[in-house]
Amino acid sequence: MDTAITARPEELYASVIAELLAGARNVAVGMLSPVPGAGTLLAAHLSGGQTRVTMLGSRAHSRFTNGGAELFDRAGRGAIDAFFLSGGQIDGHGNINLVGTGEYPQTEVRWSGSFGSAYLYFLVPRVVLFRWEHSRRTLVPQVDFISAPGTSPHGVHRPGGPVALITNLCLFDFDRARGRFSLRSVHPGHTLEEVRDQTGFDFDCPLTVPTTAPPDAAHLELLRGPVARQIAAIYPAFAERVFGLPQ
Amino acid sequence: MADVPCVGIDELAARVPDGASLSVQKGDERDVPMALAHALIRRGVRGLHLITLPTAAYPASGMMVDLLIGAGCVDSVETSGISLHELGAAPRFSRAVKAGRLKVLDATCPAVYAGLQAGAKGQPFAPLRGLIGSDLLRHRSDYRVIDNPYAPGDAIVVVPAINADVAMFHAEMADAEGNVWIGRDRDRLLAAHAANEVLVTVERIVPGSFFDDEAMAAGTIPAACITALAVVSGAGLPLTADGRLDLAEVLRYQRAAQDDAGFDNYLRTEIFARVPQAA
Repeated sequence: MDTAITARPEELYASVIAELLAGARNVAVGMLSPVPGAGTLLAAHLSGGQTRVTMLGSRAHSRFTNGGAELFDRAGRGAIDAFFLSGGQIDGHGNINLVGTGEYPQTEVRWSGSFGSAYLYFLVPRVVLFRWEHSRRTLVPQVDFISAPGTSPHGVHRPGGPVALITNLCLFDFDRARGRFSLRSVHPGHTLEEVRDQTGFDFDCPLTVPTTAPPDAAHLELLRGPVARQIAAIYPAFAERVFGLPQ
Repeated sequence: MADVPCVGIDELAARVPDGASLSVQKGDERDVPMALAHALIRRGVRGLHLITLPTAAYPASGMMVDLLIGAGCVDSVETSGISLHELGAAPRFSRAVKAGRLKVLDATCPAVYAGLQAGAKGQPFAPLRGLIGSDLLRHRSDYRVIDNPYAPGDAIVVVPAINADVAMFHAEMADAEGNVWIGRDRDRLLAAHAANEVLVTVERIVPGSFFDDEAMAAGTIPAACITALAVVSGAGLPLTADGRLDLAEVLRYQRAAQDDAGFDNYLRTEIFARVPQAA
């Protein structure tokens, strides 16, 4: 059976995310992140017990006992290896905007707010950005409000930052030294032209662009089995839509 | 009840003066005092400065804050995020921002915690990594960048202590001494330590003392930190009696709050028309 055809998009994204997390010891997953959550749980299953998962909003996947500050305290000590962030806007320098569009403070569109981004983006070594609407409205040349900057000048304490951006069309790597994204692969069924058309910022591109590897049979079996059941406890609507688990 | 007054919900609301700074929890636990928020709206409290610890972005907490903003009780809010979680935007919050009726002090979660921890210790400020280069820092005149006194050349942000006039939250139960059990969620303990007055709603009061059981004592806020309590029957909307979130109720609110008429109707039928049940 050709898994490239049978894998759902969310399964592809989760599988890519699991690969990005290889070797991570402690991975935290923030709010409203079902796909990163599934990818992280997959990574944990693949790690043979080496990867620990903490999911905000989940009792089953939290071993924190010191309140909401504990995630940030642990990150400050370098104990959180990977985290996920998104943004209403993400620009070509890796800046993210979770506040709104138009002129601050009286923004035309007001989003929820910056959450922990302005701290975790600096402290967590492996931040994976995700955005499931790849368009010129979301991937912009310059964000309207910097909730958290993609890079920092020399002299600013910054062990962390973005390593990749995954969207519904492709996977970008982020080069921290140059502050730019470079295209790593385009997802099955999509094209480089589509990525160029839909991306508002300039990015580097290899001469030949590979296709994103779809999940293999082992990944799919884990995703549709234990991962689906675990994620359903936190995101029942997501688990029903993607994995067909009844709510 | 030895020291902690146990009062009716409207009497509890009367302890929040107009213009008070008022802290609320993030809502991932059963910590949302919706009945108290309703009582504040019925009383017509004005000029509140809300502080969300650090967000109000779960369905119940987002809905409570959105209601207080929509009802005109709030002049300003310090927050790292306000939404109705997976249901999307908090409609009255978004509208108030766009209309310029609500001052927002945008924060990031660990900055709120750092300010709260400083407040709980009686210290004037706390240092915090991150933030440098963000527009959050640029728009927060109360956040400063200092030179690390122990390692010159190392720039670090400092944030002022947060000491709310009043903290309000819900908890499952209090004991006969007025100790409040919160389980593993230390956020409410931190909020209680940092605020000047602490108003709590509980579903029930149980006999004895939580301090007689070491396992319970570890998750208890001492009565000495609690200003007053009210017992509310059931956890209050949008939580069902068994403590589960009634997402359909939040969705109904979200739809009603899309326009002024719908929101006013919600206030009238769900808040002003309801007589609080005696404890």
